[in-house]
Amino acid sequence: MFIEIKNLTKKYNKFLAVNNINFFIQKNKTIGLLGPNGCGKTTTIGMILGLVTPTSGEITIENKNISTFKRDEILNRFNFASPYVELPKKLTVRQNLEIYGRLYGIKNLNERIDEISEDLNIKNFFDRKTGELSSGQKNRVSLAKSLINKPEVLLLDEPTASLDPDIGDFVRSYIQDYKSRNKVTILLASHNMSEVERLCDSVIMMREGKIIDEGTCSDLIKKHGRNNLEETFLKLARSKNEFQ
Amino acid sequence: MNFNKIYALGLRHLYLIMNSFPRVLDLIYWPTVQIFLWGFISKFFTINSDYYSDTVGVILTAAILYDFLFRASISFNMMFLEEIWSRNFTNLFIAPIRIREIIASLTLTAIIRTLIGLVPAVLIAIPLFGVSVLKLGIPLIFLLIALYLFGITLGLLVTSGLLRYGPSFENIAWASLFFLAPLGCIYYPIEILPNSLQIVAKSLPLVHIFEEMRSILMNNSVSYINIFKSIMISVIYFIFGILVFYFSYFGAKKRGTLINMGE
Repeated sequence: MFIEIKNLTKKYNKFLAVNNINFFIQKNKTIGLLGPNGCGKTTTIGMILGLVTPTSGEITIENKNISTFKRDEILNRFNFASPYVELPKKLTVRQNLEIYGRLYGIKNLNERIDEISEDLNIKNFFDRKTGELSSGQKNRVSLAKSLINKPEVLLLDEPTASLDPDIGDFVRSYIQDYKSRNKVTILLASHNMSEVERLCDSVIMMREGKIIDEGTCSDLIKKHGRNNLEETFLKLARSKNEFQ
Repeated sequence: MNFNKIYALGLRHLYLIMNSFPRVLDLIYWPTVQIFLWGFISKFFTINSDYYSDTVGVILTAAILYDFLFRASISFNMMFLEEIWSRNFTNLFIAPIRIREIIASLTLTAIIRTLIGLVPAVLIAIPLFGVSVLKLGIPLIFLLIALYLFGITLGLLVTSGLLRYGPSFENIAWASLFFLAPLGCIYYPIEILPNSLQIVAKSLPLVHIFEEMRSILMNNSVSYINIFKSIMISVIYFIFGILVFYFSYFGAKKRGTLINMGE
């Protein structure tokens, strides 16, 4: 599934959260969405997920405007994970996966839950309440929920934020491995530059609602004469008016 | 409508209840306290009032019916608030479930929560005060339908406020029913109200429901026209509630509040 963002703008009263952005997400590629806090990443993801109505512009999926799809028709093919969005804390891991499996209309749900739990190593706390888990465990459960429907498009908002290096590496390796085994287009918003370098085919840099640069990680590093993506990010984030 | 999805969302709330014994106790506790309180008040009035002298339990029956309305509305609100409190709101709204399926699921699941709370209280009232709402006979079913629809409507209006104004609207959720209670003529006839308020009260289904309840218990007369009127008024409010909910949902999408709804 490929996605095209055309002249997308979101204005909250007088505040311009997203300012006329254009980009293209190729089928089965991983795109990184980078930028300082408040640059419009989450609003952009919200618009793609249908949670936020754009002020103007359009989002097309395989050349069809997203607003022409029925809500469930499009959301069946998408999924999303973020450490800032949790699953019901008082429900066990198994119950949460069962409920979301049913909401996504998964056939052979028990098999799918078994498969994904095995993959993400969450079986040993399957019957514990989600609220009692560590942030690393919660994160893996959240990832399991986001993959339960084998989404064609996966949106990840800082998937390894607040994780220790070991669990963070496990999650990154898992995403890498999952992508090699499945056809999935990923849009990854992250502040972890090494993660972006490792996972993304190309990146989009945003600042103050605008796209200020885009390209592959190596191209951007080279173009801005820096040693790595982190230095490139800092240069772009701090050079206020250079790219406007 | 996809019933599997409606069931899935309902199951989420049933698991929540089943996983927590204190939660079940909480559901049962308040209606039971209400029954005790109104049971003793009712007993006192029955002994000391001419108006109620021939009809033991009019007040208690009114209290039970009012609590049914209250529980229905609060159940609907609580299930919606649970999604906000647990920060699951975004997950729910990006799941492939239609808004009408969310409304249907919350409406159907609210009845289970309501009954868990109310049935024990109703059963306690029989041996303790000699009062059974079943004395209302077949009309009870229709009165409960009207009350339930109106309770869910209030729930829809409050959840619309939560969508529109965010979790800070939560306090209104608890206050909403108390605001309407004086106009509902739950424990007294409509004639008690000033003329101007009587006009307002008549536009609510509650007056017709509770007037009918009193008429059945005190005069042994059933007016199905009044019952039908109360159901029709409730249906109109229910449709209005659904429209307001949709309006708030689209408004929330414009304001971007769906993406960061949380405590």
